[in-house]
Amino acid sequence: MIMKKRYVSLWFRHLLTDWFTLRQPDLKQAPFILVTPEHNRIIITAANALAEKQGIIVGMAAADAKAVIPDLKVMDDIPGKAAKLLRGLGEWCIRYSPLIAVGLPDGLIMDISGCAHLWGGEHEYLKEIITRLRSKGYDVRGAMADTAGAAWAVARFGRNKPIIAPGMHTEALLSLPPAALRLDPLVLERMHKLGFYTIKSFTGLKRSALRRRFGNDFLLRLDQALGNEDEPLEVLHPVMPYQERLPCLEPIRTAEGIEIAIKTLLGNMCRRLQSEGKGLRAAILRCYRVDGGVVGADIGTNRPSYHTDHLFKLFELKIATIEPALGIELFTLEAAKVEEISLEQEALWLSEGGGLADNNLIELLDKLANKIGTNNICRYLPQESYWPERSAKPARSLAEKASTTWRSGSPRPSLLLKKPERVEVTALLPDNPPMLFIYKGERHIIKKADDAERIEPEWWRRKRPHRDYYVVEDEQGRRYWLFRSGHYSDEQSQWYLHGFFA
Amino acid sequence: MPPPAGAAKGVGLGPVEAAFPNGVFPTGVIHEMLCPTREQQAATSGLLGGLLTALMRQGGPCLWISRDRRLFPPAMDGFEVEPDRMIFIDVGNEKDVLWAMEEALKCEGLAAVVAEVKEISFAQSRRLQLAVESSRVTGFLLRNDLRKLGATTCVARWQVTHLPSVLEDGMPGVGYPRWQVDLLRVRNGTPGSWKLEWAANRFISVEERLEALNLTETRQVG
Repeated sequence: MIMKKRYVSLWFRHLLTDWFTLRQPDLKQAPFILVTPEHNRIIITAANALAEKQGIIVGMAAADAKAVIPDLKVMDDIPGKAAKLLRGLGEWCIRYSPLIAVGLPDGLIMDISGCAHLWGGEHEYLKEIITRLRSKGYDVRGAMADTAGAAWAVARFGRNKPIIAPGMHTEALLSLPPAALRLDPLVLERMHKLGFYTIKSFTGLKRSALRRRFGNDFLLRLDQALGNEDEPLEVLHPVMPYQERLPCLEPIRTAEGIEIAIKTLLGNMCRRLQSEGKGLRAAILRCYRVDGGVVGADIGTNRPSYHTDHLFKLFELKIATIEPALGIELFTLEAAKVEEISLEQEALWLSEGGGLADNNLIELLDKLANKIGTNNICRYLPQESYWPERSAKPARSLAEKASTTWRSGSPRPSLLLKKPERVEVTALLPDNPPMLFIYKGERHIIKKADDAERIEPEWWRRKRPHRDYYVVEDEQGRRYWLFRSGHYSDEQSQWYLHGFFA
Repeated sequence: MPPPAGAAKGVGLGPVEAAFPNGVFPTGVIHEMLCPTREQQAATSGLLGGLLTALMRQGGPCLWISRDRRLFPPAMDGFEVEPDRMIFIDVGNEKDVLWAMEEALKCEGLAAVVAEVKEISFAQSRRLQLAVESSRVTGFLLRNDLRKLGATTCVARWQVTHLPSVLEDGMPGVGYPRWQVDLLRVRNGTPGSWKLEWAANRFISVEERLEALNLTETRQVG
């Protein structure tokens, strides 16, 4: 069964002027307008309620308005401010529904299907939203209906009840003016001239006639409002396929409360993942606070998991960083990355076997990775390369097996410098191991040395000179790995220290 | 649960093991190794490599925690340690080294945890000690700053320094790695100093080897 769709439209009648009043409380008592220059004229883009009461409307020239109200305050509009404000308000409203779209220039549209019962019914739900927004200082009107278009119309033009019962939106629309259909001003003007003052007056007409006169857009808007056509919303946060929500009736302020919330969300999500044979690789927790702030935490795992206890341990480390301030009203948990769990993996998980597949080890590494980052945990596999820097490659996962063997033929130093360091060297014969070298100001007299091991770069990297490596031992028995870069007869050849032997 | 790694037999340290109570190398505790210079770090990693071989024989992996890692994994292969069973944890600051070490030491099933540490307080070393008491993981602290050595709860304090290698028959070239291994402090044991060589994939006491050589020589003479 498809859930019946319900929408709420919110209309911020004085969005911009309300915002200015919030920032400068003394504006509350005075009529004021926002203006912007347009074609050498200063045009009003917004007027507060007091100014509107005296006949000032948007679109008038500022000079005319000044003539009507001599002490009218005039302020510059901020381009793009409305969109920004609506976005912010939309984010705040996510506590009421996950699907919120901004409807420029002055509204929000929320898909509230299946949300209202959490607040004890549609009436309480809408009342709560409106009251809260009004207490924030915004003059807002709201309406609820089966379609986004009808809700929009009733919020702005409705005279009676703001909540249109399911299935009643067509009747509610009929008595409203055509402007309630979100139409182009030119179309509206034409309709006005033709005497269409209510929607009822043209619903009986033939579609072809309407299309010819008012265009395709008009029909689309009409159909959307009546529910004959779907209206896709551009929501602020697209819903992840795996998301859990936990609204709280009382704001949560304690660490225990947050723990319980995380456990509940994880429990729900893990049950679902397990039934689908999937596991979590990355998850994001968001906490929506009473003061409008959003805090959160994210975790990642080394392999897919649906084990609540394990995942909770990862979050547990981060609870201290979640600042509840005045309280958290809503928790959401999103699975940013989900992977299939194969039966074998699950068998590994449950087994008590040791080694790299060990359950405890995986949990430990997840814990470490969540604090210091996955990139800082490495394991190396042998790589077919004689070039020392390339003889080991990072493993991609704990399960990855070596495809070749470690070369144990020639000696390799226990410590390898990331970058070979230049040393001064004295050699008796150019092709012989050196007699002494100076490293960091200390002279090392070489007592023993092995023959050179020549290491050539791979043929596709032949631009580099080859290296002749020598294992040398100084008078104290300390062993080093030196190399000469390039041929000894080459003037550019240089000596480097590259490693320390055990 | 696999038995604590390396508990079954000795770790192949030969005469050095006699310095410990009951002549058994202690596992499931924290050892401390002094290696202020890079050369000593290299020598110490050689000794550690030999020890890890024994500890990892049960199948457990080893964690290596450090801030500025220089260890070259392929070299561990020369000490019979499979480098791909070592997991390297690179942390950003000293505080995290100890945090990571404590977390790792609590993890049953690990063969060993090695951490390169500059400074550790007595209280912090107590925490590590408590962590291994239930997990029986063996920990090694590589101390690279001797100025900050304080009292710790570690059961043993080691120091490894290079000794000139000797090739048989006076052949030229570099021989097997040879070190002087000092046990500066052993709880309930006897500190001492030994000369060890890593040859044919095991530790050999240099003194024993000399004796063996002398024996064969006398036999030849005789």
